[in-house]
Amino acid sequence: MKRNTQVSDIDRSRYDFRYAEDAADFLSSGITPEIIREISEEKGDPEWMRAFRLHALEIFQRTEMPGWGPPVDGLNMDRIVTYIRPKSRMNTDWNDVPENIKATFEKLGIPQAERESLAGVGAQYDSELVYHNVRKEVAESGVVYTDLESAMHDPKYADMIRTHFMKLVPPTDHKFAALHGAVWSGGSFVYVPAGVHLDIPLQSYFRLNAKGAGQFEHTLIIVEDNAYLHFIEGCSAPKYYEAGLHAGCVELYVGRHATLRYSTIENWSKNMYNLNTKRSVVAEGGRVEWVSGSFGSHVSYLYPMSILNGRGAHAEFTGITFAGEGQNLDTGAKIIHNAPETTSHMDTKSISKSGGISTFRSAVVVKENAVGSRSSVSCESLMLDDISRSDTVPAMDIRTDKCDVGHEAKIGRISDDAVFYLMSRGLDEQTARAMIVSGFADNVSKELPLEYAMEMNNLIRLEMTGNVG
Amino acid sequence: MDLLNIEHLTAGIEDRELLHGVSLTVGSGETHVLMGPNGAGKSTLGFAVMGSPEYTVTGGTIRFAGEDITRESPDKRAKRGMFLSFQNPVEIPGLSLSDFIRNALEQVTGQRMKLWDFKKQLKAAMDVLQMDAAYADRDLNAGFSGGEKKKAEILQLLMLKPKLAILDETDSGLDVDAVKTVSAGIAAYREGCGGSLLIITHNSKILDALHVDRTHIIADGRIVKEGGAELIAEINRSGFDAYTGKGAV
Repeated sequence: MKRNTQVSDIDRSRYDFRYAEDAADFLSSGITPEIIREISEEKGDPEWMRAFRLHALEIFQRTEMPGWGPPVDGLNMDRIVTYIRPKSRMNTDWNDVPENIKATFEKLGIPQAERESLAGVGAQYDSELVYHNVRKEVAESGVVYTDLESAMHDPKYADMIRTHFMKLVPPTDHKFAALHGAVWSGGSFVYVPAGVHLDIPLQSYFRLNAKGAGQFEHTLIIVEDNAYLHFIEGCSAPKYYEAGLHAGCVELYVGRHATLRYSTIENWSKNMYNLNTKRSVVAEGGRVEWVSGSFGSHVSYLYPMSILNGRGAHAEFTGITFAGEGQNLDTGAKIIHNAPETTSHMDTKSISKSGGISTFRSAVVVKENAVGSRSSVSCESLMLDDISRSDTVPAMDIRTDKCDVGHEAKIGRISDDAVFYLMSRGLDEQTARAMIVSGFADNVSKELPLEYAMEMNNLIRLEMTGNVG
Repeated sequence: MDLLNIEHLTAGIEDRELLHGVSLTVGSGETHVLMGPNGAGKSTLGFAVMGSPEYTVTGGTIRFAGEDITRESPDKRAKRGMFLSFQNPVEIPGLSLSDFIRNALEQVTGQRMKLWDFKKQLKAAMDVLQMDAAYADRDLNAGFSGGEKKKAEILQLLMLKPKLAILDETDSGLDVDAVKTVSAGIAAYREGCGGSLLIITHNSKILDALHVDRTHIIADGRIVKEGGAELIAEINRSGFDAYTGKGAV
């Protein structure tokens, strides 16, 4: 599927909300058990889910704001509350979507129905045909790919959902995990039976079909023993929600000798607080491979975690983060070696430009029992000017000396020589810089399917120049 | 008609003037050689003519095909048909040699060549330079040996077909065989598109396969002597001492 991706910078000044009140109190006050019951009823939750939501709300209300990372006091909980209320009248009108977002869609050539979905106002993005075709092929292989609500109501999967939902990321994990547990809506459920090797990647892009589905969505993937799945989340078009908060959750269960590759391209509009939690648990000989491109948003907290629970399990994280003007992106990855001979590799790049702040936070934990484990972390940052900032915060917690852990960090700038070299071959300065930056991001783009890699390169080019070539 | 016309060019880095009024003219289809001792300003002239922001032009003019380009950006000069082969080509990780050339070609010609045609042309040019086809997909200059980098420069020359190529010490650091291969590449450029050459060199080996129209000797930021091909033989015999003041002692 060919898509254009031309996105102009979003005038963030329109969305700079600041409030004097203590953010934590303010956040906690807005959402009431009544609202949660309303949501639960609307969705026809089973009893256990209703209880779960209410319990998560209690946790949300008593949990402090995160004590690290960029400030989130600009979050407007009033809007969020209004937004998550079922049958909300808010933001259901295309006329309310800011002009600059509309202009972006215009440039992108996105069809109107799809624009409305991306802007969170429409539910009618008609990807059903494509989606059904994909689903048919997938179903023949015995794979289940559906939305989480349907799965929860299907007697075949209800138990599976109940035993896995928010078991990897419990609501007690942090305040926004608790919020997610209380108000989650939409998302994907994928089940790959043992031994099934799915050749085509599943793409959540085709599932942009419910209002607000991208905002508190829950992704639950179970890959049984010896199975293979590549799941792709997101697309490069900017996603806009007036409420300004994305608190999704991704839980991945990888069976013995199974492989799950989870690729993401996220491009949130620049008013968004992207407070997302992703976690996987990997059994003996299994592999999880994260490929992650983080673009957009005002503030991001994103640290996909891999728990290597079986002997010889392997985790790989390849990521890129691009922080432009007004953005503070706190990203990284966490790996827990919790069994012998487990291996992990992290390869991340971050780019900061026009005053953007990018922080790379990694954590490698090697438990006492994880003898013979190996881990390597490599992070590289590129600062495109003197007003941008890039930090690296690596943490290691090693409980055995019978392991091999390495860390490498580099911070650099684009050399004038490199720019002149490319310009002397006919490339204008912006293009030259964009090509150097795209090259820097090559670790991620070469891991993505071709069309996504192209989208990502376009996105980088756009962030660099304001245009797609 | 003059293709490149440099008049009274003064240029330098920050406050330090390195070129003190250089004048030099290269006609269409001609091959010129620029020689001079270390630090004479050879590379500075190449960079200044190509518009490197590292050097500030403080006086004089550079004309290309009659147009004043003294203040033009390097990419615009490239689009006019100028090319500089770097003495130390820059490594660009993540950008493949072939993607780079294809993009540059699109910029200078204004057309995107069909991938199939491009690959065929690239292969043919790489064959001239005895380059392993695998280099096309490697990151531009990254981890290339000195000789491979120089070949990659000449590959760009063959593909971009500029009207004027300034080759800055393309032969430096190359072994005898590599010099032969590179000079075969330069000859192929001359024959292929009849472009002009301004070859900055210490070494006459690279000139063996070429007919040289004119030789310029630069010393201490000034052109001190000009002549035909015979001047190269003289320099090979007696060196630059006669032009640097040392010979007078």
